[in-house]
Amino acid sequence: MFSSLMGWVDARFPASKLWKEHLSEYYTPKNFNFWYYFGSLALLVLVLQIVTGIFLTMNYKPDTALAFASVEYIMRDVEWGWLIRYLHSTGASAFFVVIYLHMFRGLMYGSYKQPRELVWIFGMLVYLALMAEAFMGYLLPWGQMSYWGAQVIISLFGALPIIGEGLSLWIRGDYVIADATLNRFFAFHVIAVPLVLIGLVVAHIIALHEVGSNNPDGVEIKKYKDDKGIPLDGIPFHPYYSVKDIVGVIVFLFIFSLVLFYAPEMGGWFLEKDNFVPADPLKTPEHIAPLWYFAPFYAILRAVPDKLMGVLTMGAAIVFLFLLPWLDRSPVKSIRYRGPYFVWALTLFVISFIGLAYLGTQGITDIKTILSRIFTIIYFAFFILMPFYSKLDKDKPVPERVTFK
Amino acid sequence: MRTLIFAFFSGLLSLTPSYAIAASDGIHLDAVEIDLNDKASLQRGAKTFVNYCLSCHQASFMRYNRMAKDIGLTDEQVTKNLMFASDKVGDTMTIAMRPDDAKKWFGVSPPDLSVISRAKGTDWLYTYFRTFYLDDTKKATGTNNLTFKDVGMPHVLWQQQGYLAKDDESHGLISATTGKKSNHEYNVMIQDLTNFLAYIGEPSKIQRLALAKWVLLYLVLFFLVAYPMKKAFWRDIH
Repeated sequence: MFSSLMGWVDARFPASKLWKEHLSEYYTPKNFNFWYYFGSLALLVLVLQIVTGIFLTMNYKPDTALAFASVEYIMRDVEWGWLIRYLHSTGASAFFVVIYLHMFRGLMYGSYKQPRELVWIFGMLVYLALMAEAFMGYLLPWGQMSYWGAQVIISLFGALPIIGEGLSLWIRGDYVIADATLNRFFAFHVIAVPLVLIGLVVAHIIALHEVGSNNPDGVEIKKYKDDKGIPLDGIPFHPYYSVKDIVGVIVFLFIFSLVLFYAPEMGGWFLEKDNFVPADPLKTPEHIAPLWYFAPFYAILRAVPDKLMGVLTMGAAIVFLFLLPWLDRSPVKSIRYRGPYFVWALTLFVISFIGLAYLGTQGITDIKTILSRIFTIIYFAFFILMPFYSKLDKDKPVPERVTFK
Repeated sequence: MRTLIFAFFSGLLSLTPSYAIAASDGIHLDAVEIDLNDKASLQRGAKTFVNYCLSCHQASFMRYNRMAKDIGLTDEQVTKNLMFASDKVGDTMTIAMRPDDAKKWFGVSPPDLSVISRAKGTDWLYTYFRTFYLDDTKKATGTNNLTFKDVGMPHVLWQQQGYLAKDDESHGLISATTGKKSNHEYNVMIQDLTNFLAYIGEPSKIQRLALAKWVLLYLVLFFLVAYPMKKAFWRDIH
């Protein structure tokens, strides 16, 4: 019965073919470790954000006079509204936690390197779209930090020569952040950017499945195949990694629930105190801090004394990430077999990124500005010097087949 | 379990972004204990709130009947004892004063208090209510506040606390006139009020905390099924 039904479908739509290509006969290295949970977790959080977002949209009002109250209406009068809203707000931060760990995995094991350059590029575009999505979503609750955060970021466009003023006016649709801005950000946040995001995620996965997954040893499993053409070190994604990822999902949801149920504000990191004050264009908050996931780039912006140069430096901080596949000249992928230069460079890079994230949320003092500058230099040195240190590095011999460590 | 969770979060929360502490003028905030299960405290806080706050401030997101249910009162009790500003028990806690008038009278329109506890923090509120002092330079109110310098709000609870004055030597506050309540009684009154403000800041917190353990328990049970399943599938992979 089932097979004849599938036969009918398969004659019209490649259902079985897709299932096999992407799940039951997609051969994955068998030595994935802890760091390989975050891809499937990112997909989970994407679905979570879309589903909770749909339900929030049912009661949210994109109107400067109603927006703040409609969020509190969701928190109080909508059945399970508080849960939906906290799932969405906690999910936003969780998304970046997962994505940053996913990207760090890529850096450690050289997943951006040939032949996976496009996997990396699509991934970076997902990251960019996600930043746009988060930035516009943050305006919607129409609290003080929503308003002034958006004000600061949009004014950055004003630093560009000649077109700057006109551009920021065009983005806002008004001389200040206003109803027009809120409405268009709502449209972008619920329709435009999510569509782009989903398209890019699909492209990311198609590119990945075309070349096959990397692994903690950074060796290509397609090099050694059995007589049926199946990689000797490969196992079908389903059922092996589907059952494994379920365990990862449960552990993730446990930690996620601890935050959601016991500390949804996360002490001001996930929901800022000032955002419980309705937006007031006449009252600038004492200290405007970006959300933690934008903070590293904000710190880079502030580290540069000139505003225009700061904006350009901040942009360059993202552009360099795109160039990574071509900056890395080492033939070795995984950090397990790379020489000490890369290990040190990556360690310093992570320290500077976390340092910048912290400094970006803090008020400015002399010592903090100096620290921001040092970390900014390290951040860029990681990329600019990479062609040299990755080439000169004393890499170790790479095994022929994957190992279990 | 609870200690574990507490340890986990207190570690993370110690790294608070700076704006969370920058709110007061550098004054040390006294810690207050919040207990949303202490219904007697919430009821006393509600009484103080409707008597002293709810004539200039509103809590326009908070419904009377929701409050009744959550703090253990009947709709009749609330209608009779706590509802002076509205006539339907399903209404939110609004007032008749127009924001424009308020601005004329106080200089600023008194803020809506629905989520004030989430904006300011409960320690801030607890300290704020207890640090009004006499200040001749403040012509309109005659008082100032250590926690919120030059605040437009007068010391509404002066009859309860009595007036405090600034001690020139220690820069602390000392009693200037005696109120109806002892120092301890006033602190309890303010603790109850702060507790109530914490409650109206997020009424669903009661459900949130009640649901938490069941969700976590479900995930533990799910893990106990999923992990052996993963083990079973992976038995032959080396």
